[in-house]
Amino acid sequence: MIRSAGHAATDDHSGMVVVDHLSKSFGAVHAVEDLSFAVGPGRVTGFLGPNGAGKTTTLRMLLGLVTPTSGSATIDGRPYREIARPLRVVGAALEAASFHPGRTARDHLRVYAPQVGVPDSRCDEVLAMTGLTEAARRRVGGFSLGMRQRLGLATTLLGDPRVLVLDEPANGLDPEGIAWLRSFLRHLAREGRTVLVSSHVLSEVQQTVDDVVIIARGRLVHSSSLAELDALTERAVTVLSPDGMGLRTLAEDRWPGRWETVDHPGAGAGTGAVLVRDVDAATVGAAAFAARVELHELATRTVDLEDVFLRLTGQAPAEGQSASTMGAVA
Amino acid sequence: MIAALRSELRKTMTTRMWWVLLLTMVVYMAFLAGVMAFSFAFEAPGAGAAGPGGEEGMALAPLDLALTVYTLAPTLGYVFPVIMGALSVSGEFRHMTVTPTLLAEPRRTVVLGAKLLAGLPIGLLYGVVGTLTTIGTGAAVLAALGEDPMLTDPEVLRTAALAVLAMTVWAVVGVGFGAALKNQVVAVVVVLAFTQLVEPVLRVALGLVESLQEVPKWLPGAAGEAIAGASFYSASGINELLPRWQGLVVLIGYALVLAAVGRLTTLRRDIT
Ligand SMILES: Nc1ncnc2c1ncn2[C@@H]1O[C@H](COP(=O)(O)OP(=O)(O)OP(=O)(O)O)[C@@H](O)[C@H]1O
Ligand SMILES: [Mg+2]
Repeated sequence: MIRSAGHAATDDHSGMVVVDHLSKSFGAVHAVEDLSFAVGPGRVTGFLGPNGAGKTTTLRMLLGLVTPTSGSATIDGRPYREIARPLRVVGAALEAASFHPGRTARDHLRVYAPQVGVPDSRCDEVLAMTGLTEAARRRVGGFSLGMRQRLGLATTLLGDPRVLVLDEPANGLDPEGIAWLRSFLRHLAREGRTVLVSSHVLSEVQQTVDDVVIIARGRLVHSSSLAELDALTERAVTVLSPDGMGLRTLAEDRWPGRWETVDHPGAGAGTGAVLVRDVDAATVGAAAFAARVELHELATRTVDLEDVFLRLTGQAPAEGQSASTMGAVA
Repeated sequence: MIAALRSELRKTMTTRMWWVLLLTMVVYMAFLAGVMAFSFAFEAPGAGAAGPGGEEGMALAPLDLALTVYTLAPTLGYVFPVIMGALSVSGEFRHMTVTPTLLAEPRRTVVLGAKLLAGLPIGLLYGVVGTLTTIGTGAAVLAALGEDPMLTDPEVLRTAALAVLAMTVWAVVGVGFGAALKNQVVAVVVVLAFTQLVEPVLRVALGLVESLQEVPKWLPGAAGEAIAGASFYSASGINELLPRWQGLVVLIGYALVLAAVGRLTTLRRDIT
């Protein structure tokens, strides 16, 4: 691809974050194992995984703070440590506690301004962008968690970077703050920036992200657009019958491989409860009627995106219980 | 490097520690200078310009007396620039501001270099203020007791200027020390214990053992005093000091060795 020299800033690497076979062990703890993914510009990417999945460790390796055991991570094709004036290329906020409590918000920003190469007036600008103008001259020690998150975000914006890396930026924000963050991140992505945000709950970023990278126990479990992840959601129907045997025979006959027995509070001797996937209640009801199986309950249960996330990351929701219980008995 | 240096100076000036410690040092130095000027002048009443203090080992000639009082900053007050220097590294780990610091400048040697250089103006400030305090208080007390404060003596002026230099280098030693021992509480405790107790005891104890008499002058505190060229210890005959230039080289050596240790330990580790 040929581009004029005037557009050198938008070369092919521009805004690309690439994690390549990255691994990190802390002694016996394998925090990250053979993780690979890529994140592109113009989109908000959610980096998701439960507590301890390795999100922070991955981001710290990406930012040159932690040395990988093996593998590499690059931004714009270069390791972070080799980027000259990195704050002009990457803005990163890692945790809400990285402030000296005795410094004011404005002074916190002024400390890094020389290295970004911007005048102090830029500090006031980013304070205004993050709604901290009023608190600019207050000491950070007295800030709420939400205000610290905003100050962390303000710090990332100092150098007007192409790439933003934010570790759990929604932590501690009230609903209004989350809504604000959402539109702010969408706005940054629309400007063509790369936005990588981590979270341990999908629902928190579900309305913000275009793409998802999901990890669990240090390994990649899923990486796709949000739309593709959405396709993994499904409907399911739970049915309760006094004739447990008949119900299971019917389910195996009509929906082999798509049903399982489940615990049910209303179940008694001889009764049975079954969950059938990817089917609607009317179909199940009609089939039961035709097979003369008496039903006491017929309920639609949608498996939402959060359940998919939990299943992918091995934090199986309640419906998986029967299988694991059987496994334990055997 | 210039940007990193400016960043370091802003870090220091935007928290309260620098002036809290500076004021504490002023009070401490004024107190020590007053007490010492008073007690030495009192012990040698009318010793005047007559010559070396006779039978009484502690009696000092006016010049020695003045030099002893005016070098109290590098003799006992140097702990303040050391702590300031140490906090510039250990404070970053205490508050985890080392994360944004390394995001702004991922080259860790540059970060440490900027901190060492930033120690110079801080140490200069502490040196000027500390030395002026001891001269101001000491001279006032000496004059009040009828002794000559010797303020126009060229040796006094040279010693005062070199006392400032010693304090300046001490701040850089503090940075190296903080890098080698990043835990803030431990660093402050070790600094206080070493400077106020361990080294003074070592100097007296080693001075008593004939074969080890040469050792104390290589200790960091003695090297700092050697830069100024006078101290309470040397005046009272407890230890000899190195020549000035050697003292300077030795103290800078301590700073660089500690900084190198810090670079290979604290600053090589993962920041998690
Ligand atoms: N410095 C360290 N020493 C030892 N183990 C560590 C260290 N840092 C992280 N770990 C371990 O690595 C694993 C991954 O931790 P990490 O902080 O990356 O997870 P995370 O996905 O960010 O979790 P959370 O959602 O809780 O922030 C955890 O088991 C953690 O205990
Ligand atoms: Mg984390």
